[in-house]
Amino acid sequence: MLELLLQHPMLAALAALVGLAAVFGALLGFAAVRFRTEGNPIVDQINEILPQTQCGQCGFPGCKPYAEAIAAGEAINKCPPGGEAGIQALADLLDLEVIPLDAEHGEESPRPAVAFIREDECIGCTKCIQACPVDAILGAAKQMHTVIASECTGCDLCVEPCPVDCIDMLREEETLQSWHWRLPDPVSRRVEIIATDADGDDGASEERAA
Amino acid sequence: MNRIHRFHGGVHPPENKRQSVRTPIASAGIPPQLIVPLSQHIGAPAAPVVSPGDKVLKGQLIAEPQGLVSVPIHAPSSGEVVAVEDRLVPHISGHSAPCIVIDTDGRDAWIEHHGTPEFRALDDATLLECIRNAGIAGMGGAGFPSSVKLRVREGKTIDTLIINGTECEPYITADDVLMRERADAIVAGARILSHLTHPAETLIGIEDNKPESIEAMRAAIDGDDIRVVVFPTKYPSGGEKQLIEILTGKQVPSGGLPADVGVICQNVGTAAAVYDAVVRGRPLISRITTVTGEGVREPQNFEVLIGTPMSYLLAKAGYQEAASNRLIMGGPMMGFTVPDPAVPIIKTTNCLLAPTEAELPTPPPAQACIRCGMCATACPASLLPQQLFWFAQGKEYEKLEEHNLFDCIECGACSYVCPSHIPLVQYYRASKAEILQQRRDHAKAEHARQRFEARQERIEREEREKEAKRAARKQAAEAKVKGDSSDGEDPIQAAIERARAKKAAQQTQGAASQEDELASLEKAVVSARKRLDTANEKLAQAEKEGSDRVAALATGVEKTRAKLDNAEAALRAHAQRAGETTGQASGDTDAAQLAIEKARAARAADAQLSPGEKAKATLTSLEQRLEKSREKLAQRKAADDEAKIIEALESTVERLGEKVEQARKQLEVTEKA
Repeated sequence: MLELLLQHPMLAALAALVGLAAVFGALLGFAAVRFRTEGNPIVDQINEILPQTQCGQCGFPGCKPYAEAIAAGEAINKCPPGGEAGIQALADLLDLEVIPLDAEHGEESPRPAVAFIREDECIGCTKCIQACPVDAILGAAKQMHTVIASECTGCDLCVEPCPVDCIDMLREEETLQSWHWRLPDPVSRRVEIIATDADGDDGASEERAA
Repeated sequence: MNRIHRFHGGVHPPENKRQSVRTPIASAGIPPQLIVPLSQHIGAPAAPVVSPGDKVLKGQLIAEPQGLVSVPIHAPSSGEVVAVEDRLVPHISGHSAPCIVIDTDGRDAWIEHHGTPEFRALDDATLLECIRNAGIAGMGGAGFPSSVKLRVREGKTIDTLIINGTECEPYITADDVLMRERADAIVAGARILSHLTHPAETLIGIEDNKPESIEAMRAAIDGDDIRVVVFPTKYPSGGEKQLIEILTGKQVPSGGLPADVGVICQNVGTAAAVYDAVVRGRPLISRITTVTGEGVREPQNFEVLIGTPMSYLLAKAGYQEAASNRLIMGGPMMGFTVPDPAVPIIKTTNCLLAPTEAELPTPPPAQACIRCGMCATACPASLLPQQLFWFAQGKEYEKLEEHNLFDCIECGACSYVCPSHIPLVQYYRASKAEILQQRRDHAKAEHARQRFEARQERIEREEREKEAKRAARKQAAEAKVKGDSSDGEDPIQAAIERARAKKAAQQTQGAASQEDELASLEKAVVSARKRLDTANEKLAQAEKEGSDRVAALATGVEKTRAKLDNAEAALRAHAQRAGETTGQASGDTDAAQLAIEKARAARAADAQLSPGEKAKATLTSLEQRLEKSREKLAQRKAADDEAKIIEALESTVERLGEKVEQARKQLEVTEKA
């Protein structure tokens, strides 16, 4: 056998290659079974990008179903709460063209909204509680309901079912805490002082020069 | 003598410090109204503990801290709280924030307070509590709660305590005059901080453009526990990380704190405030503020109560509103334009700058970046400002983080050197804010996702439970229906059963009655026969004896025989009836079954016999029947019965005779065969 191989180097090379192919094939086969990935990881990645408002404006019952639909080839421009930034992130992830937001599904709002129940008018029908996708409404039958503002995603879904129209979507007002710097407007910039050239400091930097 | 290290970058803007140090610190006095914002520091705003109408004394607590990273606020002077409401605050956004408004009474009456001159007797926790309760937040400009910064974490040791007297930003001289005039307080404060943090060395870092301060500080230190270190003037040497590098050569790691390299850095103003708090028992209610710029006639430093409206302070310095193009809180490098002169002085207001247009001209509009690289040369944090600028424009936040955007100290050196006048720092600030916002949004989205999934799970579980219940109910209902149907079928079944039972009972009853009747008839026949026998015997005896009673006895015998005949007839009639009923009942399963069985048995018996035997048996039985019938006929004839009966019996005998003949022939045939 050995002599045969020594006499036919071509045969030896072939045998070596076939042997290697067999070994690596077996390894890959084993790895495919042993390290199988459960579920579709791309769905989770897409779901990470989606804003989780669970508003259903995309036409799917929640963000996860839309993530699954995107993974299956659905358009990425159906999420108004995610906005342009969301589309950009999805396009980057999936290596797709950035397309403008589909106006059919709504418009991107500049500031997040929070549902507010006018409590005097609430009749305690629990319909909004059933509609809320994140359990952010508190109340019981024939008891006044209220929205837990910190849990509200501003999805709008509670407004429609209310039989007495006592739910308002309030845009969050900018406060001293929520204010932050904006990028300078390159067209009509109001330039002011040397360093910042705009309006100055928010006093939030600890590493300030003495 | 410590070796002086150098840090990367830095710039040398015109200092403009001389104009405000010509006079000693002046007291700004007590303004008619103090506006004290609840949030003058980094962290959670304090919560007010007074309400409008309350009389307050100087130094009285008016708002208490909320959480760890927060500080309390004290009344800067005595008077009456007139409002707790939103007022315009010195903030770049121009937003209003909650403030406590105090109308001062001019008495400036202190609340009872006492310090602890022997601070060395206090333990660390008590000292920290004392510093926190005095409301001390970093006086250099950032306003980070000092007690939090001074808390040495478990397992960490502090090598160097640095008292920052650098004051590198142009125009500002508040720390300079403080060091000149209150060096003793600063040194005492530094000793308290040293006692608290147990460093190997305590350094006071001062730039070489403040010779008077250096002199005063050195004079105030009567010992070798604290050393003054002088280093060349360069902006931003006063930045915490830069000063640490200058004095120790250590670099604070990216994203780390000075404590990570064993250093704690405190401003000279903070040291003086700590002295006031610990030794004199006075909370932080006033500070030194520089009022300068060509917009004021008498640039100078004031000791001013926190909450004093800037307009009041500016008036003291001879502010010419028309001459100044804007009002800046802080210096020209890192300061910001205040929205309104009515906003109050706060704990971090180290300078009010009122420059003229000629002094600090409005920069021309930004031009395109020419990639000169001067910003990278100037950056004290060794970043690539130009690269960050591109990423910020493109909103590539991941790239910005990769390029260590968060190490930017926002000193403004890059913007200062930029020949295209690009407001670089604003790009970085906006990007930082956006990234932080995205992190918050992402955290919120994650939270919402968890809640959504929990809800979905709950709904599914409830659905499952409902389904299970429904199934259980259905099963129960089915079981019940089955039970009902058995009940419902039962009546039918029962009725059938009852009917059967009734029939059976009737049959048995009928049979019983028939049997009874049969038995009684047989009995009657037997007794009649007995009586007839005895009567015959008596008659025979009487005839033998020749008695005269023979005739009577003969009639008796006749009578008895007639009775016997009657009984026998009744028995026959009954047998006939019984045969009829049996025939009627032959429609019944049981009767049919019985008949079938009988037939089968007969067949089986027949089958067991050979044809000859069979024929023989048949012949025998037929002969027997013929014999019986002949006997009966003879009896009837003898008894002179009705002709009809005799005729019937005769025909029976004839038929039987024929049958016997046939059977005999059959037997012969079979025997022959």
